[in-house]
Amino acid sequence: MSNQDYLKDISEIKNLMNRSSRFISLSGLSGIFAGVYAIIGAAIAYIYLFPKPGEFLTLHSWNFKLLLALLASVAILSVVTAYLLTTQKAKKNNEKIWDATTRRLLINFLIPLITGGIYIIIKLNSQHYGLTASLMLIFYGLALVNASKYTIGNVKYLGYAEITIGLICAALPGYGLWFWLLGFGLFHIIYGSIMYIKERKS
Amino acid sequence: MGIIDNINKLFDHRIRLGIMSILVVNEDADFNRLKELLDVTDGNLASHIKALEQAEYILVEKSFVGRKPNTNYIATKLGKAEFKKHIDALEKLIQKPKT
Repeated sequence: MSNQDYLKDISEIKNLMNRSSRFISLSGLSGIFAGVYAIIGAAIAYIYLFPKPGEFLTLHSWNFKLLLALLASVAILSVVTAYLLTTQKAKKNNEKIWDATTRRLLINFLIPLITGGIYIIIKLNSQHYGLTASLMLIFYGLALVNASKYTIGNVKYLGYAEITIGLICAALPGYGLWFWLLGFGLFHIIYGSIMYIKERKS
Repeated sequence: MGIIDNINKLFDHRIRLGIMSILVVNEDADFNRLKELLDVTDGNLASHIKALEQAEYILVEKSFVGRKPNTNYIATKLGKAEFKKHIDALEKLIQKPKT
């Protein structure tokens, strides 16, 4: 065999490893969008729904329910955007979106995320909402790290970053919204932009 | 010298090399998944799997999904180590300037 053949072997190996184990189609743009939605959501929450100094947010107030609805809309919008952009990209690259790799990615992503979600709801029901932002960041970060084994790129660093600021957030009560904004807004935009630039280059 | 020794004859075929590439980065893969990724016929794939199985580079696990038989393949420790050696050898061969 010549050097050419060996090189062909190696590129074939790389290609198969990527195609079989990594969900390559995740689009960087969807990260940017998720970040923008989060910032808009946080801004609405800050201006309209948050208790003024001296007031308290109570669990059965309208404001609290609206806050939860806002949170859900941000999450749903982000997921829908990611789904649409990713299927579009997969189609362009002739990849199948629903295969063993995607399934593994989703399962591994959802295990910590759903655990965290249920935990937060249980805590909210017993009036412990002080750490909600911190818990959301930490469990989301863990979900990203867990899912990163099945994706290409640097999702795990985004995960580490989310866990870190989640922990810092836990240590500094009262600034939940700001950390939430940083983690879900800014970090997503930074990460999405890096991915987007990389996609453009390749 | 030495480098050539590490080039594994068993991996000197596109499909066998492909099977190992997939199995070292996945916990397991079933027959259809391998077939789809490698784009080969059933018989062709089966014979190459047999060769790797006989060398104990991969493990075969048979089970049922509902009523359908399902066969899963897993790379063994030996298989992964041999594969790594092979890749390292390939890399060195490429880096070595032609004499």
